[in-house]
Formats: sequence, structure tokens, C-alpha cells
Amino acid sequence: MSEQSRGPYAPSDARIAREAAARRAARRSSMIAAVSTLIVGVVLVVGVTHTPGWDRVQASFFSWDYARQSFPDVVQGLWLNIRVMVVCEVLILGIGLAVALSRTTRSPLLFPLRIAAAAYTDVFRGLPLLLVIFLLGLGVPALRINGLTNSVVVWGAAALVLTYSAYVAEVLRAGIESVHPTQRMAARALGLTPAQTTRHVVLPQAVRRVIPPLLNDLVSLQKDSGLISVLGAIDAIKAAAIDTAMSFNFTPYVVAGALFVLLTIPLARYTDWLSARMASRQQQGGVA
Amino acid sequence: MTVVLSAQQVRKTFGSELVLDDVTLEVPEHSVTVLIGASGSGKSTLLRCINLLEPIDDGRILLDDVDITAVGTDPDAVRRRIGTVFQHFNLFPHLDVLDNITLAPRVVHGVSKDEAEQRAIDLLARFDLTAKTHAFPDRLSGGQQQRVAIIRAIATEPRLLLLDEVTSALDPVLVGEVLELVAELRHDGMTMVVATHEMGFARRVADQVGFLSGGVLHEVGVPEQVIDAPRTPGLQAFLTALRHAGRL
Ligand SMILES: Nc1ncnc2c1ncn2[C@@H]1O[C@H](COP(=O)(O)OP(=O)(O)OP(=O)(O)O)[C@@H](O)[C@H]1O
Ligand SMILES: [Mg+2]
Repeated sequence: MSEQSRGPYAPSDARIAREAAARRAARRSSMIAAVSTLIVGVVLVVGVTHTPGWDRVQASFFSWDYARQSFPDVVQGLWLNIRVMVVCEVLILGIGLAVALSRTTRSPLLFPLRIAAAAYTDVFRGLPLLLVIFLLGLGVPALRINGLTNSVVVWGAAALVLTYSAYVAEVLRAGIESVHPTQRMAARALGLTPAQTTRHVVLPQAVRRVIPPLLNDLVSLQKDSGLISVLGAIDAIKAAAIDTAMSFNFTPYVVAGALFVLLTIPLARYTDWLSARMASRQQQGGVA
Repeated sequence: MTVVLSAQQVRKTFGSELVLDDVTLEVPEHSVTVLIGASGSGKSTLLRCINLLEPIDDGRILLDDVDITAVGTDPDAVRRRIGTVFQHFNLFPHLDVLDNITLAPRVVHGVSKDEAEQRAIDLLARFDLTAKTHAFPDRLSGGQQQRVAIIRAIATEPRLLLLDEVTSALDPVLVGEVLELVAELRHDGMTMVVATHEMGFARRVADQVGFLSGGVLHEVGVPEQVIDAPRTPGLQAFLTALRHAGRL
């Protein structure tokens, strides 16, 4: 086939027909999806609101008045959750990375560190978070050691950091170990030191690979930040509990729950989007 | 004549297997040494010993008359002066072509980002890869990947370049473009040690050819002698086998 003999590209009838058919199919699918969503929605709303007892459910869980009343308290409590989340996330990523690097180091000098890191992850992944929160939040202040804070928020956050760092460290370690050894070898052959190799070649690839499970852990942390309420810290859940105790109406809990969900949705959607994008990149890339 | 690399009675074992047996080889400056030999004969192992990715059991290796196998040598410092390219491209998948090439100059050799990038851009232009400057490795053809890997290895201006079967993962058309690049480097005066199965290439670029068999360097000499007038029965058999396979 010679290049010169061909005119400018014009789509063939076959292509035009194929594309028209694809458009028709796409229209049909979105129609079906819209109609079926509508039907399910109507059935759900009608079904739920016509169930006997719905009035009572609505009054004690979804009361607009109580929601409005408790909203400022719950939001104020949530501000504490948000601060705890942010501080914990930063610490957890830092400590998790340090532990993961300690566990994957090959330096004989750091052998004790490797053992300590392994023991730490084993213990804190196995301990129930609630138990760690009680031990630190109730146990440590009871020791009355001079110079140590008695703040339940600080000790509750410390429990979150200790537990979640162990999870994050394992996720990062899996990522580090998934980087093919020839990558390390290629970097060493270029004269990079072990530390430079880790920093510039291994970690960037490792982190990219584990971003979805990592974000998943952070989503989980966000909601578990509410567990510090068991220590008496006035976070969103505790604020809701106080309001509920006065009114015997559970709407404040629903308000707090809705706010927690709202808080995690952006991160969860971002995680989904990122996973989807990486999956498609992988497919386009084929064998790398 | 300046000798860049000198391997002296190098011996290497993996467990009980003797992989390099008393290998002695001199590589003069601006020359190309091609290592040939059957699979498993020890070509890759010799290259890996030279850039200290493998410790040797006995003998010594001198780079510019300095014993790099002596106790107390800093292997990173040695590798900074030796460029290495492996059979499998081993480009860094998270970095684009430009960053792959500039990583070592910047991080290891302390070259400024601008200077490193300018050099990389010049090299890419010279080897017809300008269009791929910002492409990621998974979007390159095998031949392009391997050429980038070679450019990455020479971007640090190594004293010695080791190429380990840089064409054996490629189809015949792509082999040509990679070998063309190697021929150009030879023209520039780069000192190289190349392990290959491409006899035509060996004949064309080699200043000396070494035949390895069972870890022993049986013959070393100019290509006309080693390839066309083999003296040892082992080399004769190897060449006959290649001829039967249509690869000579
Ligand atoms: N890391 C290792 N551990 C144990 N044995 C090894 C190792 N690397 C190589 N060998 C052995 O050493 C011998 C020489 O291998 P080498 O890779 O140097 O051969 P080669 O000449 O490069 O072969 P090819 O042409 O297939 O690349 C082989 O028998 C191989 O099995
Ligand atoms: Mg080999």
C-alpha cells in the first residue's frame, strides 16, 4: 500500500453504521437505568413510610426539631474529631513509613530495629482498638506521672496513632516488597546508594501501588476517631450522647452519623477514582 | 595503550558451581570487548563481578590500575564510574524518559537539574528520541526502551560501559536500532564490554572477542581470528551450532 495514493481519511459506511448503533445502545442503557432507579426509589419511599411504626421511628430518629437543636453541639464536637483526624493522619503516615522502612531494611546494624518493628506491628494489629484506648486513656492518667498530660484527647489520639500506624506500616511494607528487585539493582548499578535507591526508586513506586488500601485505612481512621468519646472527650458522638440523654430522642446520633459519613465520602470517592484510574493505566500500559 | 579494566585470575562460585574459572582479561581504552559463549557460560556473571554487584572469590579486578576488589573499596563509588545496561530494560516505570536519564546525574553526581536535563535532551536528540522525552517507559517500544536505558547509562559519562545482552529481548528489527547506537558510542571512543549472541555485531564493532565456556575464557583475540579461525574445539563447536541455527 503506498501512502501517496490515498486521499484524506473519510469514515466508511461501516464505521458510521457501527457508531450509530453504539449511540443507540448507550441511549437505551441510560433509559433503562433511569427508569429502574425511579421505580426502586418510589417503592422504597412508599414502602418505608407506610410501614406500621414509621411515625415512631421518624419521631425518635429523624425529628427535624431535635436535629436543629443539637446541630450546633454536634458540629462543635465534630471539630474536635476533625482536628484529631488530621493530626493522627500526619503522625500515622510518618510512623507507618518509619516502621515499614525498618522492617524492610537489610542493614545488619539495624537488625534490632527490624525485630522491634515486627513485634510492634504484630502486637498492635492484634489488639482491639477499644482496648488500647482504654489502656492509654484511662490507665496512663491514673498513674499520675509528673510531666505527662492527663488529657484524654491526647491519650485517645495516641491510641489511634499506635494502632493505625501498625496497619499503615503493613500496607506500605507490602508496597515496598512488591517493587521488583531488578529495580533496586538497576538503581544500584547507576551508583545510587541504598538510601538514595529507597528514596528515589523504591518508595515512589511502592506508595503509588498502595494508595487505595492506604486511603481506605485513613477513611477507617476518620470514623474511629469517634471512639475517643468513650474516654469522655466531647467529640461529635459525645455531644450527641449528651443531647440524647436530655431528650431521650436519638436524632442527635443520626445527625452525628450523617456528618461522619459526609466527612468520609470525599476520601472514599477519591480512593475509588484513583483505583479506577490506576487500573485503566495498567491496562493501557500492557506488559511493562 | 591505557588499560581501563583488567581482570586478573578471577574466580567465582555459586555454591559448589564454579562459574568463573581463572578469567584474565584486559580492556584497553576506547576499545570494545565482546563476550560470546553459550547460555550459562558466565558472561553475565563476569559483568556483574566487574561492577561489584557480585563479590568474587579470588583474583582481582583493576579499574584504571586501582584494585576495586580490594577490601575497603566503596562499591557505590566504583559503580559511579561504570555504566551498566541489562538485558531487561529496567527503566524506572514511575519516571518519564527525561527523569530516568537525569536521576543518577542529579542524585549521584550532583549535577544541577538544568545541566542534567540539557545533556539528556542533547543525547535524546542525537539518538532520535526527542519525541519521547516526556513519555513513560510503558509507552515505548522495546527498542526505544533499550536505547533510553543505554542513554541513561552514559549520561553519567562513565569510564566503562557494560552491556549485557541488550538486544536479546528484542525482535530482529529493533535489534538493529540498538546496535546502531552501540556502534555510534564506539565511534565516540566509549570503552565497552558487551555480552551478546549477535555474531554479526561482534564482528562489526569488536576490537577483541572473548569466548567463554564453562566459566573459562578459552580464546581472546580480534574477531577475524576468534570467529573465523577458532582454535579451540569448544569454540569450533559453538560456532558450528550457531551456523546450524542460522545465526552466524
Ligand atoms: N545468582 C546466582 N545464583 C546461583 N547461580 C547463578 C547465579 N547467577 C548465575 N548463576 C549460574 O552461573 C552460571 C553462569 O550464568 P550467567 O548468567 O553468567 O551465564 P550467561 O553466560 O550470562 O548466560 P546467558 O547467555 O543465558 O545470559 C549459570 O550456570 C547460572 O546458573
Ligand atoms: Mg547472561
